[in-house]
Amino acid sequence: MNMRGRFYALAGEALEDDTRVALVTAEIGVGELPAHPRHFNVGIREQLMIGVAAGLALEGMRPVAHSYTPFLVERPYEQVKLDLGHQDLGAILVSTGASYDAARGGRTHQAPEDVAIVAALPGWTIHVPGHPDELERVFRRALGNDDRVYIRMSEEQNTARVDGDGIVVLRRGEKAAPFVLAVGPTLTETLAATADLDVTVAYTATPRPFDADGLREAFGYGRDVVLVEPYLAGTSTAEVAAALVDRPTRILSVGVPLGEFRYYGTPAEHRAAHGLDARGIRASISRFLALNDR
Amino acid sequence: MATITTLGYDDLPGLLTRLTGDEKHDWSSLSTLDVLWVLHDRVLGPDDRFLLSKGHGPAAFYALLAAKGLIPVDALEGFGSFTSMLGYHPDRVLVPAAGIGSGSLGHGLPIAVGAALTGRRVYCLVGDAELDEGSNWEAVQYAGRIGLGSLNVVVIDNHSSTYHWPGGVEERFVLEGWSAVRCDGHDHSSIEQAFAAATGERPHVVVADVEDKR
Repeated sequence: MNMRGRFYALAGEALEDDTRVALVTAEIGVGELPAHPRHFNVGIREQLMIGVAAGLALEGMRPVAHSYTPFLVERPYEQVKLDLGHQDLGAILVSTGASYDAARGGRTHQAPEDVAIVAALPGWTIHVPGHPDELERVFRRALGNDDRVYIRMSEEQNTARVDGDGIVVLRRGEKAAPFVLAVGPTLTETLAATADLDVTVAYTATPRPFDADGLREAFGYGRDVVLVEPYLAGTSTAEVAAALVDRPTRILSVGVPLGEFRYYGTPAEHRAAHGLDARGIRASISRFLALNDR
Repeated sequence: MATITTLGYDDLPGLLTRLTGDEKHDWSSLSTLDVLWVLHDRVLGPDDRFLLSKGHGPAAFYALLAAKGLIPVDALEGFGSFTSMLGYHPDRVLVPAAGIGSGSLGHGLPIAVGAALTGRRVYCLVGDAELDEGSNWEAVQYAGRIGLGSLNVVVIDNHSSTYHWPGGVEERFVLEGWSAVRCDGHDHSSIEQAFAAATGERPHVVVADVEDKR
């Protein structure tokens, strides 16, 4: 089962188990989610979707809002900023679609900038799970608090889940080896890209709050950092730089490039075109490390 | 010393003068003053929720909160200054009695719908020009169609929407399934009766006409 299927099952379960939980949708997912007195489908009205979530939170509920990525956090961005953030109210926003799941759908259904814009607002926890099991873990945890939590689901997923919070080291290189940090569903491709390289490979599914302490601890004595993110390139570069401000470092930011990308096709084609498949990641890392020797 | 006390309608001019330092202004012309007073003095019950969506020009609201003992009268001094709890738009984190923070238009009504969905009786105050914002109509349509009887809206109609509402803004609400009453927004018994016309079976809008006819 993919993340979306897992989320629909978990959301239905949460509605049954916890009377504080309410679900707010705007047509997307309504066919897959159960009808329930606390499942409010407001029609194709995304500003209202976020406002309603805020009003439910005002009354002590734990609202979960769900839609396609651009319609959940971009179209109602001021509602996310004010109705939730400024009002100091909590909600769980769960998006599906990620950067280019809708490759055939074109730009209107793609949102590689979502994490950057949510991260520009204070107080948000942002999860980018790389596996349905990781999605389940962060979703269940989010149901148990009143924080503002953004969970970004994707059709892309890793071959295995990673346990543990924050930055988890999966493979350790030699002392001072380059440090490669893969975020969410980029992990499998990143591991393939670096299989024969002397690098440390670490993982996080939670880019905000960024695990600065975890990075400092895991980083060791190297100089080079490669950040691989499945959304807009550089989204977490400033976080890495700030975490390592007292260490001489160079950072390579791999991700979806900024630009109007006017191609359709498949997610795999987009992944390759953006340099986010194993081959592209490897090429970027090789170019970056070659710069060392000049 | 900050003292919490309950004052009356006749104390509002003094509180407004204290808030703004302006002694000459004709306070009775403030568009929201009488509606806010009637709502808080005669309409709202202890379990009801009030949301001020039209947060622009909150002087009357702050004076009312002070009169009702919901903020200290002393807080009126220094309105808009760096450490004041009272800004030119309210912030509910600084003033919990404000219900919501507002200023950007078209946010209160959707939030009111969410609160009303829990069964809470909610009153939301908006302006007629604020209704230019499309987010309000998302809320009006949805609330009307599902018959959200716990939701009450008051539109302060000073006829300031540039492109107007042909036939009166209440026509739009009625079309969406609301009950609607227009009243004189400065006449206390007219305002009270307009709110009392709510049936609880569908959302209700009071359009408080505050056009200065004097």
